[in-house]
Amino acid sequence: MATFKDFRNNIKPNWCPGCGDFSVQAAIQKACAGNGLEPDELAVITGIGCSGRLSGYIKSYGFHATHGRSLPVAQGVKMANKDLTVIASGGDGDGFAIGMGHTVHALKRNIDITYIVMDNQIYGLTKGQTSPSSSKGFVTKSTPKGSLEQPIQPIKTALASGATFVAQSVSSDIKELTSIIQQAISHKGFSFVNVFSPCVTYNKVNTYDWFKENLIPIADFEGYDVHDANSAMNTIMENDGLLKGIIYHNPDAPSYEEQLGEYNDEPLISREMRLERSTFDDMMAEFK
Amino acid sequence: MKEQLSWKVGGQQGEGIESTGEIFSTTLNRLGYHLYSYRHFSSRIKGGHTNNNVRISVDEVRSVDDNIDILVAFDQQTIDVNSHELYAGGIILADSKFNPTVDESLDVVLVDIPFTEIAKEQGSQLMKNMVAIGASARLMKLPMEPFKDMIHTMFIRKGEEIVESNHNALRLGYEAMDEKFSYMNITNDFELAPSDGKERLYLIGNDAIGFGAVNAGVRFMPAYPITPASEIMEYMIKHLPKLGGTVIQTEDEIAAVTMAIGSNYAGARSFTASAGPGLSLMMESIGLSGMTETPLVIVNTMRGGPSTGLPTKQEQADLNQMIYGTHGDIPKIVLAPSDVEDAFYSTIDAFNLAEYYQVPVILLSDLQMSLGKQTSDPFDLSRVEINRGKTILEDIERDEDDQDYFERYGDSDDGISARPIPGLKGGIHHVTGVEHSPTGTPSETAENRQVMMEKRMRKLENFVMKEPFKVTGEKESELLVISFLSVNGVAGEAIRRFDPDIVGNITHVQLKQLHPFPAEALYPYLDGAKEVLVIEQNYSAQLFNIVKMNYHMHSKMKSFTKYNGTPFKPNEIEKYIQSILKIKEVL
Ligand SMILES: Cc1ncc(C[n+]2csc(CCOP(=O)(O)OP(=O)(O)O)c2C)c(N)n1
Ligand code: SF4
Ligand SMILES: [Mg+2]
Repeated sequence: MATFKDFRNNIKPNWCPGCGDFSVQAAIQKACAGNGLEPDELAVITGIGCSGRLSGYIKSYGFHATHGRSLPVAQGVKMANKDLTVIASGGDGDGFAIGMGHTVHALKRNIDITYIVMDNQIYGLTKGQTSPSSSKGFVTKSTPKGSLEQPIQPIKTALASGATFVAQSVSSDIKELTSIIQQAISHKGFSFVNVFSPCVTYNKVNTYDWFKENLIPIADFEGYDVHDANSAMNTIMENDGLLKGIIYHNPDAPSYEEQLGEYNDEPLISREMRLERSTFDDMMAEFK
Repeated sequence: MKEQLSWKVGGQQGEGIESTGEIFSTTLNRLGYHLYSYRHFSSRIKGGHTNNNVRISVDEVRSVDDNIDILVAFDQQTIDVNSHELYAGGIILADSKFNPTVDESLDVVLVDIPFTEIAKEQGSQLMKNMVAIGASARLMKLPMEPFKDMIHTMFIRKGEEIVESNHNALRLGYEAMDEKFSYMNITNDFELAPSDGKERLYLIGNDAIGFGAVNAGVRFMPAYPITPASEIMEYMIKHLPKLGGTVIQTEDEIAAVTMAIGSNYAGARSFTASAGPGLSLMMESIGLSGMTETPLVIVNTMRGGPSTGLPTKQEQADLNQMIYGTHGDIPKIVLAPSDVEDAFYSTIDAFNLAEYYQVPVILLSDLQMSLGKQTSDPFDLSRVEINRGKTILEDIERDEDDQDYFERYGDSDDGISARPIPGLKGGIHHVTGVEHSPTGTPSETAENRQVMMEKRMRKLENFVMKEPFKVTGEKESELLVISFLSVNGVAGEAIRRFDPDIVGNITHVQLKQLHPFPAEALYPYLDGAKEVLVIEQNYSAQLFNIVKMNYHMHSKMKSFTKYNGTPFKPNEIEKYIQSILKIKEVL
């Protein structure tokens, strides 16, 4: 059986020392091993950004796509081969700015893949512009007088979009993150994990310490029912989305594929591509 | 007796004009006639004038005629808009309900028949189309039985009674026309000569493309609706579930094309279909396919551009974008089926080429080819081949201690590398749109860049399809006519109107491989021609300029274009050819 070391390759990440993304990578590798996966059963599909480089640092099949498009590529992969474990990943700009349309639709579509966002509330790769999740008043290269816009709270958007699995954590808590990712992968349907992954170079506000001080573990809410979407939404609203843990889980909703019947019996890639003579003739007869 | 006739039915959109045309022409197909039909419609769903022009012939037809012989009118607007198209001596069959009138200066016969009234007497005014079909059948002296059979298959689900009343409506229309003959002065001959009775298909280009895709092994299609591509998606929605497949209607065209890329990467053939606006959105992703060497097929059913342009009108103005679009250099194939029959085979070719060369392939169509309905010989299953090239679908044996990534982008003579699909043992590799090493790891070194760029571009360096174009005529010619897609049929008809014994050879090349441009294969025809004429439907003569880029004798090259949204008519091309050949009078 594979251990987390089997999910490592010999490529040295080009992330800055101390970047939160290192720990997200480690947590994914541990979670995959923990779930009993083999590297060749996993496909990691990423977008563009510092975070998007992840697909090259995990030993598995990897597809580093274009900015904002990891989700549709990942859904296409899953539709072709339902036996693969598919993880899509990228940054907050990737998923909540240029790729936001895909994010909302992947959430409502509920194809069985896992989406892990490395949310550093900044554009890292392009050297420090504001991002959709940057706080109001946050000073960046592109907002020298402070951001004028309300930040997106990713878990709120996810829940509002019909998500069936919503979680949030911080990259410094590898233990919790690993466990969340394991459960996210096991979830039958689309699982959304927002990970605060500090950018030590361009975000001097939302630091490791800041998250330690400001994130409230969901376990602190007595009697919190993870299956209750209403109370999940209220708790998110009352705490400005600054929560960590599994926020919402609906294990009963059927995935997109499950509702397709025969489609889901066998991976598309194993099917016969040629039509039988009788099928061909029947289909052609419609044109007569 | 007439070897061919053009029949047109018109009325308000949403009034059953389409089904009238459908029932009439499908029956004629079953009788063994060759057909070419074209629907005129507007962007409105209800209301607005619509018409269906059906050309019926005992020989092959690939275009509408210059004029029409018979006009069936359900409203006055139909007469006002279309009567000038009638040949001298043509006939209008109009519903008495609206007291039809026609411009008296026109040499046409107006026959009014109570379409609506007869239908109402049979129980529903919806049946007025059956009355009109009955009248048309009588005019052309066609037997009633095939129409009755057609009605039976169409309506039997709704019960015997409905079949019965539709049969009655048909018969009463027939009799009403018959009666007109007894006292009206209808001297012109509208009797249709007998057909060869052969069994043929009668379909729109979009259906041929959909059926082709299914035959190429596609079981998954992501797509976003747009005119005139939606019928391809609809065909797949109708048929894929029975084959264990599915369609996803995505949030936009970027999602559609990147999902198709994901599916192809994972080893299941997939494609998407759209038109200009959608293709514009897909440009970045076409580059992703080219750079990652992931097979991809996109159908572009061209309509009038730019921007929203003329969404329901004919144009061929996306050629430059299809050939040059996406930033940077990638190898890409652009195909243009020569007609509806060829659209079926070309679609299968597109998938095989995409997978063999691991490149994006754009299969072009235009509104007229996508939505125009024409007869075709039945498709031949034995001509359907599936070639997956260097795709690896089985686990790869590796030494126990060999932990290296698979060289997905290993260099080779033909530039094409082995492509294991994800999930295989021994095939782990990385794929990225960033410049990369043979294992797919991002790499920006100058040496690597040069090797990889050359490897990718080498794949199509000498690429020529088995049949890069269809030719009618000789290498030596007075005039070489070059066209593509739906213009082929019209140009072909115009050319046939010239007698080679009088004007000399006119050779016709119907280009199928638009990119890479098959220059070598074309040189003998270009060299052998005294003059070269490129005919296309866009403002800037896009194809003409591409031919010019590839051929030095600019002085003998001429361009003829049309960009008002309507298809060419044969006589427009005929007149232009006359002017080139300096023929003064119509032959
Ligand atoms: C279509 C397109 N627009 C812009 C860019 C430039 N770009 C690359 S990454 C990026 C944003 C990165 O921010 P984020 O997604 O948060 O990732 P991070 O680097 O912070 O991990 C941008 C704007 C691009 N690659 N493609
Ligand atoms: S710039 Fe920020 S996000 Fe990018 S690698 Fe450095 S620390 Fe990480
Ligand atoms: Mg970011």
